[in-house]
Amino acid sequence: MISKQDVEHVALLARLELNEEEKELYTRQLNKILDAARALQELNTDGVPPTAHVLPIQNVFREDRVGEHIDPEKALANAPDREENFFKVPKIV
Amino acid sequence: MDLLQRTAHQLHEMLVKKEISASEITAAVYRRIEEVEDKVKSFLTITREHAEARARQVDKKIAAGEPVGPLAGIPVAVKDNMCTEGIRTTCASKILYNFVPPYTATAVARMNAADMVMVGKTNMDEFAMGSSTENSGFHLTHNPWDLERVPGGSSGGSAAAVAAGEAVVSLGSDTGGSIRQPASFCGVVGMKPTYGGVSRYGLVAYASSLDQIGPFTKDVTDMAHMLNVICGHDPMDSTSANVQHPDFTKFLINDIKGIKIGVPREYMADGIDPLVKERIKEAIKKLTELGAYVEETSLPHTDYAMPAYYLIATAEASSNLARYDGVRYGLRVEDARDVVDMFMRSRSQGFGEEVKRRIMLGTYSLSAGYYDAYYLKALKVRTLIKQDFDKAFEKYDVLLSPTSPSTAFKIGEMVHDPMQMYLQDVCTIPVNLAGIPALSIPCGLVNHLPVGLQLMGKAFAEGTLLRVAYTLEQNTEFTRLQPVIGGA
Amino acid sequence: MTQSYEAVIGIEVHVELKTNTKIFCNSTTEFGGDPNHHTCPVCLGLPGTLPVLNKKVVEYAVRAGLALNCKIANFSKFDRKNYYYPDLPKNYQISQYDLPIAEHGYLDIEVDGQTKRIGITRLHMEEDAGKLVHQGNIVTTPYSLVDYNRTGVPLIEIVSEPDMRSPEEARAYVEKLKAVIQYTGVSDCRMEEGSLRCDVNVSVRPVGQREFGTKTEIKNLNSFRALQRAVAFEIERQIGVLESGGKVIQETRTWDEARGITVSMRSKEQAHDYRYFPDPDLVPLVLDNQWIEFIRESLPELPDQRRARYIREYGLPEYDASILTLTKEMSDYFEEVIQHYHTPKAVSNWMMGEMARLLNAGGMDITRCKIKPTQLAELLKLIDKGTISGKIAKTVFEEMFASGKDPEAIVKEKGLVQISDEGALAAVVDEVIAANPKSVQDYRGGKTQAIGFLVGQVMKATRGKANPDLVNKLLKEKLQ
Repeated sequence: MISKQDVEHVALLARLELNEEEKELYTRQLNKILDAARALQELNTDGVPPTAHVLPIQNVFREDRVGEHIDPEKALANAPDREENFFKVPKIV
Repeated sequence: MDLLQRTAHQLHEMLVKKEISASEITAAVYRRIEEVEDKVKSFLTITREHAEARARQVDKKIAAGEPVGPLAGIPVAVKDNMCTEGIRTTCASKILYNFVPPYTATAVARMNAADMVMVGKTNMDEFAMGSSTENSGFHLTHNPWDLERVPGGSSGGSAAAVAAGEAVVSLGSDTGGSIRQPASFCGVVGMKPTYGGVSRYGLVAYASSLDQIGPFTKDVTDMAHMLNVICGHDPMDSTSANVQHPDFTKFLINDIKGIKIGVPREYMADGIDPLVKERIKEAIKKLTELGAYVEETSLPHTDYAMPAYYLIATAEASSNLARYDGVRYGLRVEDARDVVDMFMRSRSQGFGEEVKRRIMLGTYSLSAGYYDAYYLKALKVRTLIKQDFDKAFEKYDVLLSPTSPSTAFKIGEMVHDPMQMYLQDVCTIPVNLAGIPALSIPCGLVNHLPVGLQLMGKAFAEGTLLRVAYTLEQNTEFTRLQPVIGGA
Repeated sequence: MTQSYEAVIGIEVHVELKTNTKIFCNSTTEFGGDPNHHTCPVCLGLPGTLPVLNKKVVEYAVRAGLALNCKIANFSKFDRKNYYYPDLPKNYQISQYDLPIAEHGYLDIEVDGQTKRIGITRLHMEEDAGKLVHQGNIVTTPYSLVDYNRTGVPLIEIVSEPDMRSPEEARAYVEKLKAVIQYTGVSDCRMEEGSLRCDVNVSVRPVGQREFGTKTEIKNLNSFRALQRAVAFEIERQIGVLESGGKVIQETRTWDEARGITVSMRSKEQAHDYRYFPDPDLVPLVLDNQWIEFIRESLPELPDQRRARYIREYGLPEYDASILTLTKEMSDYFEEVIQHYHTPKAVSNWMMGEMARLLNAGGMDITRCKIKPTQLAELLKLIDKGTISGKIAKTVFEEMFASGKDPEAIVKEKGLVQISDEGALAAVVDEVIAANPKSVQDYRGGKTQAIGFLVGQVMKATRGKANPDLVNKLLKEKLQ
């Protein structure tokens, strides 16, 4: 069972601010979804390797050659706030 | 015949014979958009000036006798989760309401190189999370067959645009059925190619190990042409397969004698609408008549696919969507006290309910103490599901099922029950977990609404799927059915 | 009765690899540059972008791993470390979690003439974060600015076992690590520029106790001296806490160089939960033994091997060999001098004597020494040829050190050529004999050591330029 406190903790980890109503809703819904997920526990997966990638691809590399840089104006074009060529953010602590 | 009822390959022929110009096709498509868009609402951004300029370029090329690409002058709609340089790309999320990418997705770039004319960016479920396009942060899209119904999702806008004649072909993306299910609901052909077949570079990620770009078309021939354009290795995507793709039009063969088709019984179980099942059975009968060998089979771990999918997809999503924080692009709340406050409030205001729900689930399943029980377990189950398919494909060339358990449902019918909505994807999800290709092709109507038939194949065996679909299409009228928008 | 304590120290070192491009995109790694000029859609973490691994990074990581005596993994992968910080464009860092590229290595360090083996738990590859610019400091600044030029620069993180027991061992470990990595050529390891950074975990426990005490992590260590001081301070601080009946709190502390203390970095966030999982955008790394062996073959000579060779081939004392190989720069300098001057011990004496003295006085390292190795060789040749005396040579050396001029030029300019002309010296010798009857008498009376004083007087009269052997000979002849 996930508690409301769990939901609050997860929301902080995920940097989401939830109101009371959302906390209640997500507590209820996550429990329902995780109930369904518990069905997986029935399956014996001893000795079954996890599949993180479906294709047997390995060792994909790039050569160490410098490419084109983005025009800094383009890099900053979407910035909600900037100062000169820096992205500007509120104080950190 | 109305110009916009024609397929891309028909228009291409007319174009190279100079019976029509790209500019005329473009003008026609925008007339159609003006006519139906306020009813269907397929698009988030309409790029008319851009399209007209592109069409003129194509016409200039043709006038100069220069060679043109296979999509020359073809009006294309692109799902709004593929980056387009200089053109707003939102993923139907408020958090990206003003994002203008400085680069273009590889798949779109390949379409550009084939001289397509992009007419607009289509609506979708926010960040491709949903099965009805009702989770768009901006507006609903209506099913052209019945405006009170959903077009499916998450690529609902791209499916509806083709069905409504607002584009001749379109691009969508499919993480758990997001191309095939809306194709089924809107009565068009939709395909999710093999994972790694189409570059994901520039596709805004939902669940990286499952996402794949694919086309919507009116017929199987167009599908083959589209695959020829978008499939191919991309050094910008480490998960892109470095394989030589065949000329997919070579598989447009009206003959399936000897093809072995398996019908997994788990996909015809109780949850499937009996009338949908009837259409599927009729299609099976037709295929048998045409010489295919069809029998029932089993994919025993099918029931576990949905929970495995939701754990894997949401875990990846919780990380993929972490970058939307208001620092470099997108929505930022005013007057934040500090960075944490800005992160939390920007994300809470920018993301919709379903996106937050999935981020929460994914964060939880990756968090300390739960990883092994949920995420890792899901990856192991994924192995079992993949093994089911491997085993089945030792025996069958193709697996066949309904694409969706039902036809298009009513707007609002399921929004309050996420679990019910997730069940929409039971037939499509296992394919993404296994990374194999699958397409949905219309196979008749139930109560005037289209039904989709799903064909699943071995990795990189798109050709076999095209061959079976083409044969079915050539011997039935299903892909030629068109909706009348807003009722007769 | 006072309890005696033992410190337990483990160190995490981050080293920037000197590749041309970043780890997952082709933006330059060049240091500096205008803010956000060394970026591209990938390292800015724009939606839809994907990482592709730089092959050179793998090669460098393997090289470093082998140099640190690690076992290279045949199978490794990349994982995402999830945490939110504005200098991290994706709000996750691509790193390696449970399957790092190298594990189970060690380094031998020497402290007080004792050799000690320090275990290396693991070495893994990861991407660097960007840079935050504050007005004043992070606490007082009204807002902060972000520059992503450093984002995605390749790093290797090297984690030691908690095998060190003193500040001196901690320092020796990082010094040795730096030397080894520099020898391999994969990094410049400049602590001041941040291309080598270390975080030190310190705990104390009563002597005899097996369990570790609660540890703290110290950051912001910009020099070896700072590292040693910080560890010493932290050990004393923790002992103080325990002695006064308190408990050490597990936390991150920052070294305040000016005040000479470690300070708690109070963080709003409770314990981190990084939610590592395999990065689905990157594929596994499978290295075959043949390739690993190929890299092993291509490894340059490492400090321990070079030290052994100096003793074996050049006949240097162990002490000299150790000092000369402590840094790659010093050792490379030495090697170049002896290319041009073939008496290694003489070169060693000069480097460890005059050169070390002047470098220390100037607070410099050898990379900033103006004397070129060829110039030092020339100087030594001038002594051998008798052009200048050993004593004058020190004066010339100082001038070379200050100006970087050639030794011949200095000798000529300042008229320092040794007087080896018997006729010229005979006159001076006569004058000295005449002026110092007492010493002359002593010498003749059997106090042969009195000749030393007379030699000194001749040297003084010639401002050190007289050939001392010749002066000796002339004096002896004339006093018979």
